[in-house]
Amino acid sequence: MTEKVLMKGNEAIAEAAIKAGCRHYFGYPITPQTEIAAYMAKRMPKIEGTFLQAESEIAAINMVYGVAATGKRVMTSSSSPGIALKSEGLSYLAGADLPALVVNVQRGGPGLGGIQPSQSDYFQATKAGGHGDFRMIVLAPAFVQEMADLTIKGFDLADKYRMTSMILADGTMGQMMEPVEIREDAEITTYDKPWAVTGTGCKREHNIVNSLFLKPDQLEKTNIERYERYKLIEESEAMYEEFMMEDAEICVVAFGIAARVSQNAIVEARKQGIKVGMIRPITLWPFPKKPLLAAADKVNKFISVELSMGQMVEDIELAIRCKKPVELCNRVGGMIPSPEEVLAKIKEANGGKN
Amino acid sequence: MSTFNILIAGFGGQGVLFAGKCLAYKGLTENKQVSWLPSYGPEMRGGTANCSVILSDTPVGSPIVSNPDVLIAMNLPSLDKYENEAVSGAKIFIDSTLITRKVEREDVEAFYVPATKMAADIGAPTLANMIIIGKMIKETGVVDFDTIEVGLKKVIPARKADMLELNLKALKAGYDL
Amino acid sequence: MIVFDKPKALTDAPLHYCPGCTHGIIHRLVAEAIDELGIEGKTIGVAPVGCSVMAYDYFSCDMVEAAHGRAPAVATGIKRSDPSNIVFTYQGDGDLASIGTAETVHAATRNENITVIFVNNAIYGMTGGQMAPTSLPGQVTQTSPYGRDTKLCGFPVRVCEMLSELEGPEYLERVAVNNVKNIKKAKAAIKKAFENQINGKGFSLVEVVSTCPTNWGMTPKDALKWVDDNMIPYYPLGVYKDRSGKEEK
Repeated sequence: MTEKVLMKGNEAIAEAAIKAGCRHYFGYPITPQTEIAAYMAKRMPKIEGTFLQAESEIAAINMVYGVAATGKRVMTSSSSPGIALKSEGLSYLAGADLPALVVNVQRGGPGLGGIQPSQSDYFQATKAGGHGDFRMIVLAPAFVQEMADLTIKGFDLADKYRMTSMILADGTMGQMMEPVEIREDAEITTYDKPWAVTGTGCKREHNIVNSLFLKPDQLEKTNIERYERYKLIEESEAMYEEFMMEDAEICVVAFGIAARVSQNAIVEARKQGIKVGMIRPITLWPFPKKPLLAAADKVNKFISVELSMGQMVEDIELAIRCKKPVELCNRVGGMIPSPEEVLAKIKEANGGKN
Repeated sequence: MSTFNILIAGFGGQGVLFAGKCLAYKGLTENKQVSWLPSYGPEMRGGTANCSVILSDTPVGSPIVSNPDVLIAMNLPSLDKYENEAVSGAKIFIDSTLITRKVEREDVEAFYVPATKMAADIGAPTLANMIIIGKMIKETGVVDFDTIEVGLKKVIPARKADMLELNLKALKAGYDL
Repeated sequence: MIVFDKPKALTDAPLHYCPGCTHGIIHRLVAEAIDELGIEGKTIGVAPVGCSVMAYDYFSCDMVEAAHGRAPAVATGIKRSDPSNIVFTYQGDGDLASIGTAETVHAATRNENITVIFVNNAIYGMTGGQMAPTSLPGQVTQTSPYGRDTKLCGFPVRVCEMLSELEGPEYLERVAVNNVKNIKKAKAAIKKAFENQINGKGFSLVEVVSTCPTNWGMTPKDALKWVDDNMIPYYPLGVYKDRSGKEEK
């Protein structure tokens, strides 16, 4: 048992990464995630780790690629425009089946956008992390404790499936402080990495870490094999949390900060007699399709609460096979919907009753 | 106690974020559910700064305090901005050295604390934040004042231990007002 | 009896390079250096994007394929992961001096303890002969069909000269492989660039002035002569920086 301490979400990610055995961090300054780099700059030299401020986001993700190729745990972090720059490396990591952890503390976009919280990189994270057919495991923390827990989980899943795990947080989650416990006795699984480039020692054939396959049949094969792995992940790794769903007639779907705002609204709506609950996806890919589909037979309506123009709506509609209407309650550009706004939407969905 | 939604607002440099941290840490040591959320970005640099602090017996939902039941206004722009956002029956604490106007609403309780002046008087000119926090604790009972030192020790690093006494002094001056 | 063997650090995979291309020579020089220094078992090479993209098949040591221009960043990651390993990149002019300029300059200024083999043949070979950052003024390529017009596309990048202005790098030398004498010098430079890394001295880059008979539209023999007549005058051979040596241009 470890004492709970107050930590910013960004710091919790950094400390949890160290706990998970990550000794290599590469990054480039960008608001609102710079605390991660600052924390690593302070801690890494004291534990014989590497902190390196790269010349660009592109260089940083390629340094990550280099360490990942050697089989060690490695991470980078950034915010929306910086993640866009990293998309080249994300695709190469996928193509070479390398494990890594990438953190996106989202801010408003597109373009330079703003620096206030946003969830508008949902598509980028879940569908379009870079060129080519590939997926990333996308973890969406809603509490500072989850920032830590999902970081440790993210490293584990990355190693287990040889792919990138992305923590998809937002400016609020990164900047806020909450009590957090980083368990000293947390179990960290280590994985064999016979594919890693560690030097042959002239004792084995050389390992090649590569994403180039000029023969189409070979390249097709790597894609199909990768998607078999993805299928396994979709079947076994989806994470979500239900809140007041037992008798719910309206189902709010929200992740991260939007889920916390929604929780306030739901508690208030319940006081007013409205049967509303929430399914909070913790993994955005794999998307928790099963509980949503099950809920579609019970509830009359879904409300997607997002800090985007409705990017998750599409996944909800697909998951519930359009059985019930999905409405959108959103603010964008760094604005966060208030509990009152969500409550108003819930009331509207309830047919204006109550 | 059920839930306190506290908003502390002032100029950057007035120790707004620090004051919030002390409260949050004190709440944590009392096994309360707490959250602390700062405003961030360029506005921190010399502009207005604020932080939301929630202390509760139940898990904290949204960490954003847009309708505070406790508002601490350390400068006029903050009072102008947030007076009308406070809930009915809110307690509003005002640094009356820097804010000369009165609270206009009648459905809230206002406390006028000459915090900046008092801080200067006790030889701690940068600790108006602690004076006003002391007064706030007195009037709200949000945390236990007798053990306030516990929270302070968590946020004042050991190498600045000399600051501990001064902070306690300021808190007490506010509390005893 | 003198037996002319293939270096152990090269695999048996047949090289895919065009007839007369000097990549084969440069691969061999790198492999010989690795053999002579006995470091194959702890060497990790980074292949670029360009003609030598499949270098990972040719070297017997562990190999990593990097994205276009990012080899120095990838090598940085590999080296930082385990500094006891010997890490080299093998890059062409488009890779190193155009799309990867930032990675090159910053690995150099950090004095990253890696070895960079930079093959400059003044053209994009793999994509079929486009203008490179090092194409000479007036040089005809697919994307400079009327000759490189410096008013429109600026001047060639002289990498060794540019990097020599930095405080960081340990060793910068430009060599050529167009005749036996130059090949011998090139070998010595490449070996030194690896020795520097073994001795912890830092960033060592050897620029190898090379040929591309196919895309230059010449016979291999004419291409070698073109190096003498056109390339070397623009890219003078020699040591541009050697912090522990005396010779400096």
